[in-house]
Amino acid sequence: MEEYKPPALPSPFNNTTPPPTLLTQGAEAHLYKTTSLNPSIPAALKIRPSKPYRHPILDRRLTRARITQEARCLAKLVREGVSVPALLALDWEGHGGEEGGWGGAWLMMEWIEGDVVRVALEKWEAWMKKASLDDEQTQAQEARVRALMRKMGAAIGALHKAGVVHGDLTTSNLMLRPVDENDTNEVGLDGDVVLIDFGLASQSAQDEDRAVDLYVLERAIASTHPRSEGLAEDLIIGYRDSYKGAPSALKRLEDVRLRGRKRSMLG
Amino acid sequence: MIAIGMEGSANKLGIGIMLHPKDGSPPQVLANIRHTYVSPPGEGFLPKDTARHHRSWVVKLVKQALKEARVSVADVDCICFTKGPGMGAPLQSVVVAARMLSLLWGKELVGVNHCVGHIEMGRLITGATNPVVLYVSGGNTQVIAYSSQRYRIFGETLDMAVGNCLDRFARTLHISNDPAPGYNIEQLAKQGKQLVDLPYVVKGMDCSFSGILAAIDGLAKEWGLGGEEKAKEDDAKSSETAAASESLEAKPTRADLCFSLQETVFSMLVEITERAMAHVGSKQVLIVGGVGSNERLQEMMGIMARDRGGSVYATDERFCIDNGIMIAQAGMLAYGTGFRTPLSESTCTQRFRTDEVFVKWRD
Repeated sequence: MEEYKPPALPSPFNNTTPPPTLLTQGAEAHLYKTTSLNPSIPAALKIRPSKPYRHPILDRRLTRARITQEARCLAKLVREGVSVPALLALDWEGHGGEEGGWGGAWLMMEWIEGDVVRVALEKWEAWMKKASLDDEQTQAQEARVRALMRKMGAAIGALHKAGVVHGDLTTSNLMLRPVDENDTNEVGLDGDVVLIDFGLASQSAQDEDRAVDLYVLERAIASTHPRSEGLAEDLIIGYRDSYKGAPSALKRLEDVRLRGRKRSMLG
Repeated sequence: MIAIGMEGSANKLGIGIMLHPKDGSPPQVLANIRHTYVSPPGEGFLPKDTARHHRSWVVKLVKQALKEARVSVADVDCICFTKGPGMGAPLQSVVVAARMLSLLWGKELVGVNHCVGHIEMGRLITGATNPVVLYVSGGNTQVIAYSSQRYRIFGETLDMAVGNCLDRFARTLHISNDPAPGYNIEQLAKQGKQLVDLPYVVKGMDCSFSGILAAIDGLAKEWGLGGEEKAKEDDAKSSETAAASESLEAKPTRADLCFSLQETVFSMLVEITERAMAHVGSKQVLIVGGVGSNERLQEMMGIMARDRGGSVYATDERFCIDNGIMIAQAGMLAYGTGFRTPLSESTCTQRFRTDEVFVKWRD
């Protein structure tokens, strides 16, 4: 089987030095690290390559709708002071490959330093396994995770307060931007929580959508960080105090949890 | 080991006979016959008529299958039947026949999940080892991946099945149901050129089709393209000149609507399949179910899989469309692990999720 090659970058990114480096590839988009304006300013570049299996008209329509949706959500959140990467530029009809070719849409965002929460928690869990701590020390460590969970809850609350739901909240879509001071801890759990990847986000103020956001994150924590699952209740505590509508979204969350597995399908 | 598989969850009655050689060489298909209940254009198949069809054909088909396979009743080890999911009345008429044969011949019964039957037959025919499965038919639309003893559903339709959406649009256009409405839509779509705007509904890994059907039914009405008379008109004109619209500004034709419907719903299916592939990190896709025999869907899936460095596995109508051998195949795999369905539990059910089956025969 031939090696996978990502599609050619849309211009001008096919012509920048240094060339953008591919970080991750999802089903929909590729994430690159590049620079903006001047080579010392890093930036994140999200490209939605054109999907050759789709009819070209349908492909452009969908790509354009999705990238502008994402950009609108980001712009709104920046305006409302929610902690998200700032939107720098976008093109919903990037030119790619050969002359005049359609290479997909792109979106450039502020570069956020630090790890995603998933990595930070994994590091912490691995470190906890190795370190032999007494009860008191363990509790102190868990208190750090609880504090992080509260910050995550508060960040999600700020997002919901601004009238946006994320649509795909996982610990991979929350970043931990380190604070400048020298961290004395082995594993950094302090820092600001920054929400990323608004590819499935939409503007909604409905309790149902907000509750599903929280439910998805709860499930993600339970499946990827079993050790931290018990600490996730602090997520809810952090969320509850973050804005006025939080209690009613949390009430709805109780119903969503009970729903659990989707209904039995007919036929 | 020889098994008879009996399938009748929808309008197809299929009887198949499979041989699993004792020396462990690949399973063989000894007989695979099918009789389809075809309803008139503009109509779907009703459960009671379909059940009557199955009742009147089942004995004949079993006899014919045994003859074709050149096996005697004594050679048969077990009788596999579709337990569900499907339409109640047709399922029931086949399960009654299976029970009768079991008592008559003194053979053990094995109840099979229809969806698992499709997956196992697809794996056997294509040789795909651990694919992401897109199961698309008139009654089901699911994206499935195997993980620890279950076929897990990653995404599915939130309302109607994709095949049902195509079939019902065929009814709107009064397209023939022979051999299958979906097949005739596919043929007509080949002449379509103009893409009309339709809703596109993907939510995470799930999708929805009922709004699309309502939208395209509305368009057909607006442009006066539905109904029996238009269908006759189309048949009368030589299809090549009549079907394709000349310029992109022109009023869409019946072919254009079929084309647009296919392009839209298949894009949705490929998108959710791609998402599941990215999620589980698999490079193989297997398409099963009646809609899986559509060549345009296979082509689109092939392009997507190629771009991810993978490949698509698909089969033709003999194995894609409901058949008896798939029931025999999945039944025999379960039978081999000691699974039996006692007579008192040989019921059928309309609701039977793919992930309810404990898959003991895989690692």
